[in-house]
Amino acid sequence: MINKIVGSFDEAVADIPDGAVIGMDSWAIAATPQNLIAALKRKGVRDITVVTHCFIPMIFGEDKAVMPAVLLPQMKKLITPVVGIRHLGGVAFVQEYIDKGLEVDQTTIGTLSYRLFAGAARFGGFYNPVGVGTVVEEGKEKRVIDGEEYILEKPVRLDYAFVSAHKADRLGNLVYKGVFRGDGPVMAMGAKVTIAEVDEIVEVGEIDAECVITAGIFVDRVVEIPEDGLATKKRLSELIEELHNIEPARKLMFG
Amino acid sequence: MKQRLDRDGMAKRAAQELKPGDYVNLGFGIPNLCPPYAHEDVVFQTENGAIGYGPLVSADESEKADFHYHDAIGRFWVPAPGMACFDVVTSFCMIRSGRMIAILGGLEVSEKGDLANWSTGGEFGGTIGGAMDLAYGSKSVIVTMEHTTRDGKTRIVKECSYPLTRRECVDMIITDIAVIDVTPDGLVLREVAPGWTAEEVQGLTGARLTPAPDLKEIAV
Repeated sequence: MINKIVGSFDEAVADIPDGAVIGMDSWAIAATPQNLIAALKRKGVRDITVVTHCFIPMIFGEDKAVMPAVLLPQMKKLITPVVGIRHLGGVAFVQEYIDKGLEVDQTTIGTLSYRLFAGAARFGGFYNPVGVGTVVEEGKEKRVIDGEEYILEKPVRLDYAFVSAHKADRLGNLVYKGVFRGDGPVMAMGAKVTIAEVDEIVEVGEIDAECVITAGIFVDRVVEIPEDGLATKKRLSELIEELHNIEPARKLMFG
Repeated sequence: MKQRLDRDGMAKRAAQELKPGDYVNLGFGIPNLCPPYAHEDVVFQTENGAIGYGPLVSADESEKADFHYHDAIGRFWVPAPGMACFDVVTSFCMIRSGRMIAILGGLEVSEKGDLANWSTGGEFGGTIGGAMDLAYGSKSVIVTMEHTTRDGKTRIVKECSYPLTRRECVDMIITDIAVIDVTPDGLVLREVAPGWTAEEVQGLTGARLTPAPDLKEIAV
């Protein structure tokens, strides 16, 4: 019987070696596989490459919510379109690590998604019209195709993907919720090993086949978030209440 | 007396450009203030993966807030009937498809419509985000920004001095004192804020403005 369910986050990340390239989407709290990131920090791997959409400083204490920034001391390279935002102190939180040699590959949000897709589809690269005439083209091959200028973008190939989904079955089929989908689907397709943390594991057949977003073939390990885990419904509600006490975040998040 | 539009005023003026049925992505800052002023059939898209979402959640109704439902800069909204959620690959196919209007913030716009809006330069730029995708793929690009910096330097220039987002991509500039079209013949001053003359706006502008024959006062 196929069963991809793993009992703990620590077990799920146990084989990740130093130097691994790991996709872990994040739009602040949304789409962030918090429990897997926390487990990876506990494990203490070194020299990893982190691929994510939103690399910003921690908004909450580490016991309340974990974002990719907790991995900074363990990172060799960062691939992201968002390094800090002005309202949360800009790039200051990362500067010390850049000074110590952290490599940052900055890309546009769309381009990162297509570089991940190119990795999944085994492209050697692709010609991208976005970024022409900007710093993004520096050091890259340029080419005119049918009269339009393009930049050669290389794929991003992942060793591991951490995915934050809503429901899974033991076969690894995933459905997502709201804006937690992010780049979960494309990261899952592109990684050698995909690990999903999910709100709920359901019986095979409970997920309508027409509604499966990531098919189980792309998913290797599934961990259900326990009641005392991060990113539970209760925890997320508590974070929203706490936002009222964090001035820059409160201003940012309430319209 | 000379008036300057405040941030909401600029957002209101930008929202007047939106018609029922338009699909719109909003940048960070002034653009994000547009939705309450737009027609109810304007459809907003957020690049982190939703289109057709409902009203924003204010700080005193935080029981409605849910981290599954917020825009790209983290502002909570409520789900609405007919909304669709999707992944980022799909999201940027929408953004690059020419189906959407982008309202973006700006640091500088040049007389040719070059946009600089993501970095004030320096050794390490900061956040590129999705602006380059939006500036490339949108049906039209409207930039909202203050006409001058806090220390009075013009933001509308012959050549941008900050790192570019994209060359020749801006169609319209809405500032606190003017509405300007970017045309193949240069910048055309369409509207001025109440109390301002075309000459006074020109005096705060680093590129030549051609006043439109039907130059009007901004009404918001």
